[in-house]
Amino acid sequence: MKSDTKLPEPCGIQEDILKKYPSKVARKRSKSIVLNDPKTEQEIQANIRTVPGIITQRGCCYAGCKGVVLGPTRDIINLTHGPIGCGFYSWATRRNQTRPGPDGDNFMPYCFSTDMQDDNIVFGGEKKLREAIQEAYDIFHPKMIGIFATCPVGLIGDDIHAVAREMKEKLGINIFGFSCEGYKGVSQSAGHHIANNQIFKHVVGLDDTVKEGKFKINLLGEYNIGGDAFLIEDLFKRCGLTLISTYSGNSSVDHFANSHTADLNLIMCHRSINYVAKMMEKKFGIPWLKINFIGAEATAKSLRKIAQYFGDKELIKQVEKVIGEEMPAVLEARKDVEPRTRGKLAMIFVGGSRAHHYQYLFSEIGMKTVAAGYEFAHRDDYEGRKVLPQIKVDADSRNIEEVVVEKDPKRYRLRKTEQELDALKKKGMEISKYEGMMSEMEPNSVVIDDISQYETEKLIDKYKPAVFCAGIKEKYTVQKRGIPMKQLHSYDYGGPFAAFKGAINFYREMDRTVNTKVWRMIKAPWENEPEITATFVVE
Amino acid sequence: MLLRHTPVEIKERKSLTVNPAKACQPIGAMYAALGIHGCLPHSHGSQGCCAYHRSTLTRHYKEPIMAATSSFTEGSSVFGGQSNLLQAINNIFTIYNPDIIAVHTTCLSETIGDDVNQICRKAKDDGKVPEGKYVIHTNTPGYVGSHITGFSNMVKSMVKHFSESTGEKKNQINIISGWVEPSDMREIKKLAKNIGVKIVLFPDTSDVLDAPQRGKHSFYPKGGVTIPELKSTGDSKFTLALGRFASEAPAKELEKKCKVRYRVVDIPLGLSATDRFVTACSRAAGVNVPDSITEERGRLVDIITDMQQYFYNKKVALFGDPDHLIALTEFLVDLDMKPIHIISGTSGKQFEKRIRKILECKVPEANVKNGATADMFLLHQWIKNEPVDLLIGNTYGKYIARDEDIPFIRMGFPILDRIGHSYFPTVGYTGGMRILEKILAALMDRQDRDSLEESFELVM
Repeated sequence: MKSDTKLPEPCGIQEDILKKYPSKVARKRSKSIVLNDPKTEQEIQANIRTVPGIITQRGCCYAGCKGVVLGPTRDIINLTHGPIGCGFYSWATRRNQTRPGPDGDNFMPYCFSTDMQDDNIVFGGEKKLREAIQEAYDIFHPKMIGIFATCPVGLIGDDIHAVAREMKEKLGINIFGFSCEGYKGVSQSAGHHIANNQIFKHVVGLDDTVKEGKFKINLLGEYNIGGDAFLIEDLFKRCGLTLISTYSGNSSVDHFANSHTADLNLIMCHRSINYVAKMMEKKFGIPWLKINFIGAEATAKSLRKIAQYFGDKELIKQVEKVIGEEMPAVLEARKDVEPRTRGKLAMIFVGGSRAHHYQYLFSEIGMKTVAAGYEFAHRDDYEGRKVLPQIKVDADSRNIEEVVVEKDPKRYRLRKTEQELDALKKKGMEISKYEGMMSEMEPNSVVIDDISQYETEKLIDKYKPAVFCAGIKEKYTVQKRGIPMKQLHSYDYGGPFAAFKGAINFYREMDRTVNTKVWRMIKAPWENEPEITATFVVE
Repeated sequence: MLLRHTPVEIKERKSLTVNPAKACQPIGAMYAALGIHGCLPHSHGSQGCCAYHRSTLTRHYKEPIMAATSSFTEGSSVFGGQSNLLQAINNIFTIYNPDIIAVHTTCLSETIGDDVNQICRKAKDDGKVPEGKYVIHTNTPGYVGSHITGFSNMVKSMVKHFSESTGEKKNQINIISGWVEPSDMREIKKLAKNIGVKIVLFPDTSDVLDAPQRGKHSFYPKGGVTIPELKSTGDSKFTLALGRFASEAPAKELEKKCKVRYRVVDIPLGLSATDRFVTACSRAAGVNVPDSITEERGRLVDIITDMQQYFYNKKVALFGDPDHLIALTEFLVDLDMKPIHIISGTSGKQFEKRIRKILECKVPEANVKNGATADMFLLHQWIKNEPVDLLIGNTYGKYIARDEDIPFIRMGFPILDRIGHSYFPTVGYTGGMRILEKILAALMDRQDRDSLEESFELVM
């Protein structure tokens, strides 16, 4: 990120953090804490096991699979096969906003569970699962049912896929399972992968209808938290782009089924879905671009990139027109807010892409990101896709299926020839490329993967940032230290923050966050006074 | 319509739960453990359990919820979680330095059969537990009971690990709080103090989960029952267990272990339950109820006399946890209201029996169900078949309330979309007044909203 002033020296922060850890833990954590120097190629340890007991932000595979990827999809019954907790905690707790589709389906406010009891653990839960599917079908008549495995299901050996096949045959609707037991992988990331693989195998390609539209796109890795996707959808429409599907926000399984007919894939969250783009490229011939709609400048840049990719004069003109319509309000808001935010420090520890994307928004109002890291990302999200060949497959990633895809003889369609793509690349367009977060961060910034509670506290105490961004679990430990905290998973009931209007929301939100009066009222007036000798005592 | 797929017609379900009215055991164990001073709860299982419980508790209490996890991987699920837990215990004491780690199990560690008792012993034998520090544990498989069972199990473990009988009785009684808000625990302590009884309240989350903003995060806030207090419970004269479902098991354990007699009374929510609580306290300690308490009671009764004309025969649907629902149902009946649909996800035969007894004169035909498939989907269907004037329950009720256009009061766990419930008590006479204010406001706001312009009234 561009900046005219330097970040504070991180002098000794790494040693300061590590010295409290037992030596084995210190050795392990030292590789996940990097003092950033964007000029050199720095390696960071990511996507490895969390140290037990360290107090991590991370969740589990099931959370990533059911909660993140399928959760935002309205017209499928997501049935949790397991004891009640997993289904309960993932019930409407992410703010993926959704409008019912034209068919009126919207199961998102519901939680479906087999609520396994101890006798199901002892004698197996397949019978209960079968019955639950039948009951769900009889009451709700859904077009699709997904079954999500929880920890005990894998351990007792319930074959959810066999039950799915049997019930699919019996009921004549699409039913398939996700082996997303909580212990798989090392974070939610494994669950994203399992979810996307299954959608790819069981849904994508089922509907070959070619929709009208000159420029057909899929938006991958946009979850419509607080209505982000609604704003992006509006932009696409005004620019003349036809959105075939969003994975997955305000999304429909019907859209997924048809998504292979798009001309171009746009990746928003690289971490959660880049492999889907790769599979679709190989199987159906759809190229992909990394784009980002967080930040007004980034949004404009992304729209221009899409227009240039298609190379259509009308489209390029229309995109410029839309940007021209949106920017004045953005600049006005920025001008108003910036004097009160300039030079202030931010820290961002969330997700797989947000920690990167939100730095753009901060820099637009003159705030500097002094520390950032991801909760469940991999090395390529930090260092760029160039490190992909170097990443070794370890025991924890080996159990996540890598779907082998081949060219689909019927559905493959070359969108652009090698020569056309080369010509675009020569003009400076980045196709199938992502440089990661670290190269764009300033020297002296601190990058930490899978940050622990202790590391969070150390960072805050050292830098006293103006705002700390993370999730709900961190929210009040930060604020109890007198530092404002903004949730960037759920936006604290706020947002949307994407695209141009979202950027304006964010500027105003940060203005409020870092300047609200309450932080100056923490000390009682008498706390700063010297002790008073009693002259009058109440009996 | 949000719950647009919920049909009026009720089909029997055996295996499918839709919109549950319960959570799982470990979250209750975590909440209970936070009621011990200087305690760090630890979840022995996959990371996700701990993350989900911390998130839900944080959203409800709007306070830091500190807890650690064993972070099981597939490997540990195959070979057992011993090494993860031993590492975790060592790391927690080294980095976060609690006085006590309270371990609870999960579906995962229970299904693979980890012997947590043995692992905790090994941690001590291996010198991973510093002098004067403790590791306690409890078994809380998510496939048995509900969050209330987990709460109860953790409290029982406190007794198992700490309560001691020195042979010399102390001039104090134990009160086992049940799953109530920090503000409720504070109110119970205040009531006991006003009555003049010395008590040990456990667990006690006041000053832990309603800690003040002082500009620094105290990892272990000043509240919580202390270890010496917990030890002393074995020497107390008597135990009052608040709520059969959450508190009887630990009270029974304490009687078994230290011969401290106990009595189960309802959570002191509403007039009659608070009356019984106050009476029980005064009898147990052998003190007269002071006039200040009788005056406080009088204020509550005075408000009821003012309000009851607006409550009379209003139909209410409620869902939540059994101990709360029992006391709340009785209170509503005391107010001449008609609780006609009552749901709790927590199983146990005592629940329906008790509720039916409370309702036998007023609403013998009420729908009452608890346990498996007693879920909010069924409650919604009941409401569609027989509408109500008021809905009371946790945040998830807002979907039904909006769809059916019913006045709605948030009570119970979890409340994810409001702030304040953990600061103002609903127990005791004071809490009763607050409930009354909420009910009347909900009903009158609705009347004001719906009345014709000519019948829109200024005065009551």
